[in-house]
Amino acid sequence: MQIGSSNSDAGSTPDPTGTVRLAQTGHARWVRLSHWIAAISVLTLAVSGFVILMAHPRLYWGAAGNDLTPALIELPITRNYRHGGWEQPVAFFSSADSPVSASRTYDIFNENSWGRSLHFLAGWFLALTGAAYLIAGICTGHLRRHLLPGADELTPGRIWDDLVGHLRFKFAPTTGGPPYGILQKWSYAAVVLVGLPLMIVTGLAMSPAMTVAFPFLSGVFGGSQSARTIHFCVFAALVLFVVVHVLMVVLSGFRRQMRAMTVGG
Amino acid sequence: MKSKQIVTTRRALITSLASAGGLLLGGCSKQLPPTYGNVLRMGDLLTYTAHRLLLPKDRLAKEYAHGDITSIPAVGTTNPADSQQAAFNAERGPAYERLQAGGFTDFRLSITGRVARPGTYSLADLKRFPARTQITKHTCEEGWSAIAEWTGVPLRSVLEAAGILPSARFVNFYAFDDMAEGLDMLDALHPQTILAYGMNGRDLPVPHGAPVRLRVETQIGYKSLKYIQRIVVKDEFDDLGKIGDLQNGWAWYAGI
Repeated sequence: MQIGSSNSDAGSTPDPTGTVRLAQTGHARWVRLSHWIAAISVLTLAVSGFVILMAHPRLYWGAAGNDLTPALIELPITRNYRHGGWEQPVAFFSSADSPVSASRTYDIFNENSWGRSLHFLAGWFLALTGAAYLIAGICTGHLRRHLLPGADELTPGRIWDDLVGHLRFKFAPTTGGPPYGILQKWSYAAVVLVGLPLMIVTGLAMSPAMTVAFPFLSGVFGGSQSARTIHFCVFAALVLFVVVHVLMVVLSGFRRQMRAMTVGG
Repeated sequence: MKSKQIVTTRRALITSLASAGGLLLGGCSKQLPPTYGNVLRMGDLLTYTAHRLLLPKDRLAKEYAHGDITSIPAVGTTNPADSQQAAFNAERGPAYERLQAGGFTDFRLSITGRVARPGTYSLADLKRFPARTQITKHTCEEGWSAIAEWTGVPLRSVLEAAGILPSARFVNFYAFDDMAEGLDMLDALHPQTILAYGMNGRDLPVPHGAPVRLRVETQIGYKSLKYIQRIVVKDEFDDLGKIGDLQNGWAWYAGI
């Protein structure tokens, strides 16, 4: 495909030879397809996941946790945050530290009926697309060649240069695809090889049926509530990634980047 | 705790979005929960069929030690006799109040439908079955969880005593409040699926479902219906109408 001038793209530097073609890599069709399915799935998961979190904005560590046990983190979102709608607690046993029960007298925010089902539907799309992506990524060498840094790149000098360049908002004009910079490779590899797989596994570690079938799912995280807390922390990290990712797309040449990830050229 | 309210505008939107995918996962068989052409219910059905196809069927939920028992909130209906509560039923609420006043000695659990010997069971009848006590985790759809000790009779024992027929595919439960739930045979016959009448070494308290509640350890908490009044065994799927999960926008299968 012929590519005209890239000089109109924000952030790109004029090429000395004038109107030229930059490297015409673009993205492979399967990369583009999986990127957008994953992007829509992740956006849907983020919104529905936040709706689910709003129903109970407390996070715990261990197997179990609820409004009558101490929280690790309390998020000040929705009217459910530290709501006071509880009847007088009743102790189960005679001991001083006996577990108690209390009846809720408060109408909490809860949109989990559609929130949960939408979350799991998007989860299916992400898991299936992610599995296909990883298989294709291994078979085509995409992961090895484009996402995992080579030994020659992992020198303190090159990492430092890439870091300083990003902090000064100065980076090479995009080629609309690979090869990627070292920080770029690390970011993408962290998301596709660690972040998203961890989201799926910690998500499954909260499922009663899945943990009955495979107890190690929650066991490796120290319990389903620990898995829920990790699920939230990785979500926060992924939100940060998406913000920086979109910012970089804009700064490095929005039109060319979008062309490379949509029509491919 | 899940609420009973139909969000009509959102449902309409989702249903219209779903029409394109209607050919996929139609769920028209009466052996499966229907999707009504709703894309969210298609996702639920995918999860249900995938779990039933892929997950091992002989595993037990983790059972904890007595020292692991935690505090536990009582949510949703906490007293079926309280007319102020959302799922109060004007006929069964007062009936529950009378039973409660008599210490539930007049309580009778009925089992009907596809059983050879339909009938009723008093609390004493249920306690004559070999009991099962299990310390398990209750996972609420809201996001919290709690560990408690539950004592009761395996549902399987009661179904077999009633002579469940080989054609039976679903077991449905109706409560004293406006709540109902259904299970397929795999969960209904699971060794840890019990009709619980005891909690943490005492009689089941009213806020937690007295006199008898369901415990389904393989699914989310709302499937463990409280205040059970009757059990109906069916050959085909029944969405349980306005008091069931589906017509209120909730997943019928809540394994995740």
